[in-house]
Amino acid sequence: MTLYLSVAIIVFIYVVIFQIAKASEYVSILKGEEASRKQNNKINGFLMVAFLVFGFVGIYVCNELYYGKTQIAQGAASIQGEKVDEMLFVTLIVTGIVFVITQFLLFWFAYKYQEDTNRKSFFFAHSTKLELVWTAVPAIALTILVVFGLRNWFFFTGEPPKNAMVVEVTGKQFGWIFRYAGKDAIFGKRYYKNVDPATNSVGIVWDDKYAQDDILTEQTMYIVKGTPVKLILGSRDVIHDVGLSHFRLKMDAVPGIPTTMWFTPIYTTKEMQEKTDNPNFQYEISCDQMCGNGHYSMKGIIQVVDQEEYDMWMAKQKPQYYTAFPEKDPTAVPVVADTTAKTAVVKM
Amino acid sequence: MSQEAALHNHEGHGHDDHGHHEHHDTFLTKYVFSQDHKMIAKQFLITGMVWAVLGGLMSVLFRLQLGYPEASFPWLESLLGKWAKGGQITPEAYYALVTTHGTVLVFFVLTAGLSGTFANFLIPLQVGARDMASPFMNMLSYWFFFIASIIMLSSMFVETGPFSGGWTAYPPLSALQDASPGSKTGMDLWIISMALFVVSSLLGGLNYITTILNMRTKGMSMTRLPLTIWALFFTAVLGVLSFPVLLSGLILLIFDRNFGTSFYLSDIYVNGVGALSNEGGSAILYQHLFWFLGHPEVYIILLPAMGMVSEIISVNSRKPIFGYMAMLGSLFAIAILAFLVWAHHMFVTGLNPFLGSVFVLLTLLIAIPSGIKVFNWLTTLWRGNIRFTPGMLFAIGFVSLFISGGLTGIWLGNAALDIYLHDSYFVVAHFHIVMGVASMFGMFAGVYHWFPKMYGRYLNNSLGYIHFWITIAGAYMIFWPMHYQGLAGMPRRYFDFSIWESFKQFAELNRFISTVAMIVFATQILFLINFFYSIFKGRKVTVLNPWESNTLEWTTPINPGHGNWPGEIPEVHRWPYDYGKDGHEFIPQTTPVGEDESGTH
Repeated sequence: MTLYLSVAIIVFIYVVIFQIAKASEYVSILKGEEASRKQNNKINGFLMVAFLVFGFVGIYVCNELYYGKTQIAQGAASIQGEKVDEMLFVTLIVTGIVFVITQFLLFWFAYKYQEDTNRKSFFFAHSTKLELVWTAVPAIALTILVVFGLRNWFFFTGEPPKNAMVVEVTGKQFGWIFRYAGKDAIFGKRYYKNVDPATNSVGIVWDDKYAQDDILTEQTMYIVKGTPVKLILGSRDVIHDVGLSHFRLKMDAVPGIPTTMWFTPIYTTKEMQEKTDNPNFQYEISCDQMCGNGHYSMKGIIQVVDQEEYDMWMAKQKPQYYTAFPEKDPTAVPVVADTTAKTAVVKM
Repeated sequence: MSQEAALHNHEGHGHDDHGHHEHHDTFLTKYVFSQDHKMIAKQFLITGMVWAVLGGLMSVLFRLQLGYPEASFPWLESLLGKWAKGGQITPEAYYALVTTHGTVLVFFVLTAGLSGTFANFLIPLQVGARDMASPFMNMLSYWFFFIASIIMLSSMFVETGPFSGGWTAYPPLSALQDASPGSKTGMDLWIISMALFVVSSLLGGLNYITTILNMRTKGMSMTRLPLTIWALFFTAVLGVLSFPVLLSGLILLIFDRNFGTSFYLSDIYVNGVGALSNEGGSAILYQHLFWFLGHPEVYIILLPAMGMVSEIISVNSRKPIFGYMAMLGSLFAIAILAFLVWAHHMFVTGLNPFLGSVFVLLTLLIAIPSGIKVFNWLTTLWRGNIRFTPGMLFAIGFVSLFISGGLTGIWLGNAALDIYLHDSYFVVAHFHIVMGVASMFGMFAGVYHWFPKMYGRYLNNSLGYIHFWITIAGAYMIFWPMHYQGLAGMPRRYFDFSIWESFKQFAELNRFISTVAMIVFATQILFLINFFYSIFKGRKVTVLNPWESNTLEWTTPINPGHGNWPGEIPEVHRWPYDYGKDGHEFIPQTTPVGEDESGTH
């Protein structure tokens, strides 16, 4: 019933607006084309300035309301992120100046030079000097932005420092799998046909001697504050994207083609919770490449901790090999406790 | 009727009885399988408008989900059935709507609806030709588009739903039938529809290029062409050179989907299916092929709007367009650069960083010709004598939006910033403002300006003003705050943000945006009412040249028949921008250059 009523009201509004517009057309015919054109010019000329003023007020209000909710206000959580933020501000200043000047001139000219029968328009078809100015000035400004941008770009995409820890990240519909190389610091080989969702979610080749101490975790990745971390990204099915908004980075995870990214976190999760005054704060990994119906829920967590806490956590991890082959686990109590050991690992 | 026959007919019967040949026309040949470029233009326009309404409606539906994720709307279930169980849109339906909205607006509305309408309508009229080079091919171009439309529409009604992997259709998601329900039959229909669309676009484009190069009237040298024609020319060249690449990409995709090849597929394990046998393909290859069209496509959408805006601003400022040659040069520069920047959509795919840096440089170069255009438009307004017709308002709106959206392109084109902003709402804001809304404004400007030529009647002015002011204010209110969402890292194409600690703070803003989106959509309905009412009942045009414009289309009769000019095609003696010259209000292109006239263009 309310549906029909609201439809009726909407139709009614259309009819009213239409009738008013129709009537104003008759009035303008009566008044003569010349007179009604003048009146329309006046109204629209005024609206041009009004739009300019309200537009800038609107931008100010929008900034007041929402800047505080962006992550820029929060501050970046990696050294790369700090560079991104710095560059954002430089770019904002350059483009902001151009924005204000051009928008102002556009609406101001529209207002100021609205039709006046006493004035003739100024025949001005060409000026090489002016055109050179507005070719050269943007070119210089852009050169600065390009140089600045590329210096950062090569830093971000360059080799990470030697002491970087390495984590392999694999995307799947719809979640993240993390692999640590274990004690030998070398990842075992993997082959996608070995994938078994229960025990071997990334397809590790168990025959490889480097593989047997590899550690797999799902959903949560631990990294150390102040230590550069290199991520080797891959995907098991479709293209995903590791979006690290707090660290200001992202990189696609493509099936069959490994990609890499690296960054140095500068605040632990705890420090960030205090900094943002939000006890629920988490470094979230968002999937930023459309990957299917669960795309919006493909969340991972990064725990940034200090070295001590990381070592404690790492000590509790058990190589995936023993989950796949519980009978080979030296710490497991044979036969009887077999099944419980398995579930414990899976739960963890 | 072919060009030759049309020509012969007119010359044979003298200029008074030009209407007589129309007795050959049945309803079918005049309104359906018409070969008159003006009728084909109207067919493109109205089909484009139907798609614009459908595409707009889709955005209203998915904005409903984003704005009111908790609410349930029982009427949605009656509309969408299983796609909105319990009155809430399912993720599957949400993604299908987002994907179809993108595809439809980019290709069907802003490519076919914009180029198809105005290239067809304006090229013969403004260069002084009786019709396109090949009217029959032109007719085929529309009907291929029509069939593509029907197939795209039919994909909405298949059991597994339309394609739902985003309008860019990246494999493996689009290649694997088991990765998503939308990648089943819906995707097959999507590919077939797009392939037919490419055919349509090629047939049209070849025609536009040929007509502009070969069929200009006497005296119409290339540098006397209105900027609309130049823009449409570059648009057609871009389309002809880039659409085939998309087609090749789609053909490889068909092979991967249906015939077991591995162009794009490698090392894949699909949940619930197991490991696939495909090895050695590259998912990134598709992105190169797609964006080699995809980026020129942006300019295919934008250039016609730029051309029309240049023309409309000049006519209504009563001033020549400032820097004609610079405008032309910047169009050319944009057209060349359009082919050299595609990988800026792929900065975060693991692209070689050096290659990335080359694309940064080339991408930011585009800001220079774009800047020239903006400053030239501003200088055209400066010391003019501006008439605010609705067409002029939309042209000014276009410039404003082009500035706002263009400047954020400088952010996104810089790889080191893109690595943060890529695929966030910042991108959504950027391309909707600069490509979506701005081109839409160009299209509205064109419709308001040339409606009197199309139908011999005026649109209602007051409705036009209401339409403009609500739309521009609304467009900014919708898309401006999205920059902030993007700066918060909020990813695009998310069905629901409530589970994200980092992104859930914008629930209230999302509700605001959705509400404004609905109001703006409702305002477009007002435009539709105006449009269709005015075709039949609008105020009649009584003068040949209502805007006092210089270009050739206003020398045709108020309701031109097939063949455009009843007698001889007029000869051209000057460029189209002699407004306010030597104290004359305007000097049409057909006026010979006077002896005491100051320097000519």
